[in-house]
Amino acid sequence: MDKTELLRMYREMVVVRRLEERSAELYQQGKIGGFLHLYIGQEAVCTGLIAARRPEDRVITAYRDHGVAISCGIPAREVMAELLGKVTGCSKGMGGSMHLADVERNFWGGHAIVGAHLPLAAGMALADQMQGQAAVTICMFGDGATNIGYFHESLNLSMVWKLPVLWVCENNMYGMGTAVERASAVGEIRQKAAGYGMPSERVEGKDVLEVRRAAEQALERVRGQGPFLLEVATYRFRGHSMGDPERYRTSDEIKKWQEDDPIGIFRQHLIEGKTAKAAELDALDVSAAEEVEDAIRFAEESPEPGPELVFPDLQAQVR
Amino acid sequence: MAMLTMREAISQALWEEMERDRRVFIMGEEVGVWGGTYAVTKGFYDHFGAERVRDTPIAEGVIVGAANGAALAGLRPVAELMTINFAFLAMDQIVNHSAKLGPMFGGQMSVPIVIRAVSGGGRQLGATHSQTPDVVFAHFPGLNVIAPGTPADAKGLLKAAIRSGEPTMFIEHATLYQARGEVPEGDYTEPIGVSKIQRPGGDVTIISYSKMLQVSLQAADKLAKEGIEAEVVDLRTLRPLDMGPILESFRKTNRAVIAEEGWLSYGIGAEVSARLYEQAFDHVDAPIRRVGQKEVALPYNRRLEQMAMPQEADVIAAVKAVL
Repeated sequence: MDKTELLRMYREMVVVRRLEERSAELYQQGKIGGFLHLYIGQEAVCTGLIAARRPEDRVITAYRDHGVAISCGIPAREVMAELLGKVTGCSKGMGGSMHLADVERNFWGGHAIVGAHLPLAAGMALADQMQGQAAVTICMFGDGATNIGYFHESLNLSMVWKLPVLWVCENNMYGMGTAVERASAVGEIRQKAAGYGMPSERVEGKDVLEVRRAAEQALERVRGQGPFLLEVATYRFRGHSMGDPERYRTSDEIKKWQEDDPIGIFRQHLIEGKTAKAAELDALDVSAAEEVEDAIRFAEESPEPGPELVFPDLQAQVR
Repeated sequence: MAMLTMREAISQALWEEMERDRRVFIMGEEVGVWGGTYAVTKGFYDHFGAERVRDTPIAEGVIVGAANGAALAGLRPVAELMTINFAFLAMDQIVNHSAKLGPMFGGQMSVPIVIRAVSGGGRQLGATHSQTPDVVFAHFPGLNVIAPGTPADAKGLLKAAIRSGEPTMFIEHATLYQARGEVPEGDYTEPIGVSKIQRPGGDVTIISYSKMLQVSLQAADKLAKEGIEAEVVDLRTLRPLDMGPILESFRKTNRAVIAEEGWLSYGIGAEVSARLYEQAFDHVDAPIRRVGQKEVALPYNRRLEQMAMPQEADVIAAVKAVL
């Protein structure tokens, strides 16, 4: 991989981190409403995974979607504007934090009913298969989603019909506040693929290059042979959402994981491998922070969506 | 005009739309090799092939969910639910996805799905296979709900639904498949969201749809022999609900009966009568009456099942009560 690409990935991870940190502040200031699920700690997953896709490959994910949106190429401005409920947001202020999407960039959302987007992924892959497209649908979900019927119905159907879907489980060890071992009969989610005769792999999610390698291999396999389940072991440093009292884990546990910060690991890798000097990376940190500040300015200055966006339809419906 | 059964009319609509548009395909339980549990898709598998007439696992969540996904990606799926009672297993996909993905992402997605579901009681199938919960689906903005009562409307409205590009529940009644009626020759559609006077009359307005439309028309014939002329309005579409012909008729007759097969509580009759009171209060000459199912789980025993379901005699009695 060339230096430009490595540095692009590094910077993207920092943009995601910075965007999430600033979002938390804006939430506390009351500028962001609803729920806010931060991706901090999981940046290597979206960056490594999406870096491996081709433009025609579709991406769909759950509600912890800010990082995935950035990795899919949605400008930070449009993400931040959506968080602030502005008309310039990627979903015109109609969706909010949990419902980011940009169909033009083949990012199909941001879905907030746990597990419900897995059948959507199967259906999009079916459409591509029926129309002779070479595209793969990359469907991301949390460990919590693997205990609901949708997961089993969708993985089963994808194998029966050999649909081009890459199932990616971001196992961050907790479904909201319930640890995986308290909710799932098996601790390694990848084991569930065996029930459908589906190949699988579990990778370490704090190493962006390892995630990318695994994703590239898995995508190759999906293109040739059908569905694959990739489990990515990861950890979220923040609560499930803002206002999570975090009674289900200790601060020692969080601290231990924070020492393994995926951005720190990648940074060290780039410096030790002589790919980049610390000063170069510092400069990227600054430019990433500037991009996020610019996004906030843009979002704050953007207009609210007008009622005409919602009510013409409603009037027709009610009649 | 040709005389067709409801089954033939629906089957023709699907066949012609699949011939017309490559993007249209069918998926559901036993739609292919079996030919459809109500034989609506008989012969489709051999003609269109396994790719476009897709037998699925018995898994309603992923049937509607994958059809939603295929619709997002540009196809025109017709998902079949063997009975509407199974739609409850797919309720999240219908309510939270078919109806929401369009508006929730600011209009960048559309979900051109048609979900065909078989509704209605009266076949001694017990409580969980005999419900008429059509109104449940009509509660949600963003979902068109069509429930035809004649073969001609079934064909024209199903074609319109497939072409509409909008998420649609298309509700067929289990005991109407053999009902016959005149169906226009050639390609035609009927407008979605337009109710229709199926029988003219000046004494009383009966508002109904689907199976109870047929029951109401029979009741009207009997009433005519007693010199009472009932005007029968067919809703055809539960959402959007078209009050136009209903109000026009009511302003003429000043008396109304609403007949539905489902339970009365929070039902079609509740909605239509509320709108009549709101929009035509000055014309109310007698309290509006509702006819519907008794508020029990339908029993298997034939006599008791029929006792619980609304009958022609109930419609006649309600009409006489408002006169």
